Amino acid sequence: MDVPILKQGDFLIATVQAALTDADLLKLRSALVQQVVRCRSRGVIVDVTSLDVMDSFASRTLRDIAHMIRLRGTKMVIVGIQPEVAFAMVQLGLKLEGVATALDLEEGLAHLNQELRTKDERL
Amino acid sequence: MAPTNSISGNTQIEEEYGSSQRRSESASVLLRELVAHLRQNRTQLREEWARRITEAQLLTAMSKTEIFAEATSVYDNYVKALETGTFEDLQTYARNLSERIIPRGVETHEVVGIVLQLRDVLGRSLFGKYQTDFNMLNRILDAYEPAANRIANTVAVGFVQERERIIREQQEAIRELSTPVLQVRERLLILPIIGVIDPQRARQLTEQLLRGIRTNRAKVVVIDITGVAAMDATVANHLVQTVEASRLLGATVIVTGLSPEIAQTIVNIGVDLGKMNTVGDLQGGIEQAERLLGYKVVPLADAS
Repeated sequence: MDVPILKQGDFLIATVQAALTDADLLKLRSALVQQVVRCRSRGVIVDVTSLDVMDSFASRTLRDIAHMIRLRGTKMVIVGIQPEVAFAMVQLGLKLEGVATALDLEEGLAHLNQELRTKDERL
Repeated sequence: MAPTNSISGNTQIEEEYGSSQRRSESASVLLRELVAHLRQNRTQLREEWARRITEAQLLTAMSKTEIFAEATSVYDNYVKALETGTFEDLQTYARNLSERIIPRGVETHEVVGIVLQLRDVLGRSLFGKYQTDFNMLNRILDAYEPAANRIANTVAVGFVQERERIIREQQEAIRELSTPVLQVRERLLILPIIGVIDPQRARQLTEQLLRGIRTNRAKVVVIDITGVAAMDATVANHLVQTVEASRLLGATVIVTGLSPEIAQTIVNIGVDLGKMNTVGDLQGGIEQAERLLGYKVVPLADAS
């Protein structure tokens, strides 16, 4: 199942709506990495609220997407990881190192806005 | 009596079958007679029983009238169970009774004691009634004793089960209370941990914290472990995992009050300390959390 990617102002929002196969994840990766520059986005949010399982491939791919997006000059936040999923991931050693996370979409947007503000101030 | 001589063939089976049926029929006839006797002498036997309870100094937590009222309903339920041979009603009654008397400090030996007293009172009255006819007395006791024992069993088991249920509930409550997740400011939670942490408590703690982060939309959590004297490697690892899981929910965790022993444990298991945000005491932890959230606490005089 394809993940819809919506443009909302300066941000891209990808909302995962059902369990993803490995192929879906790879498709999401290339779509996001392409669109982030094409849309001149300043931030990306991946919403995983509806996922109740996160395996090693999924979390590694999400981490890779985040790192790739940073290399493309933007920030990415993963939002909506469920408490049970979070603990299961940590127990499996899937820690999403170096990836920003937030409670939900609202928090994710607030985090990105904050990041942009500090970046603008520095300039 | 079942025939003990060794006649083989169908005749014996039929005979045994027939005799056991006759026996159970006669047992129910006897029980009916017994119940009639108990109904007839209800007042007198009840009083005798209540007197014996007081004499044996059972149910000291209850007044005399209460004992008598309770004795009456137990008596009636007892006779009913004898009559119908079903114990469900009695079971329910025993549970209700236990629910009422356990909070008043009635002990197990008292409950078992009063039921056994009742059995004895009724047994004695049967002796009194049938003392002239030894054969009849024997048969009626044969019918009475198993039923009476079963009743005593039912009541005692009901009482103990009720008690165990209460203990389980209390354990649950203590466990809940032992890991409070408290909100001290908008988006700031504290989790004070006191006492020994075993793996089970650690798991519950994590669950409550992660759920608390979600419901309170917390951004910063201060875990204070001043009250934890020591923890083993498993639990320390669990603590570190909890910190990481909280981060996945978008919350920063500050751990305060690590004792020297626990610091040693954490260093020994080789945790990357860069990810652990630690502050010396709870006050310092809350201050840092406020800074992270953008609060600044100033005295009123300076503010104006």
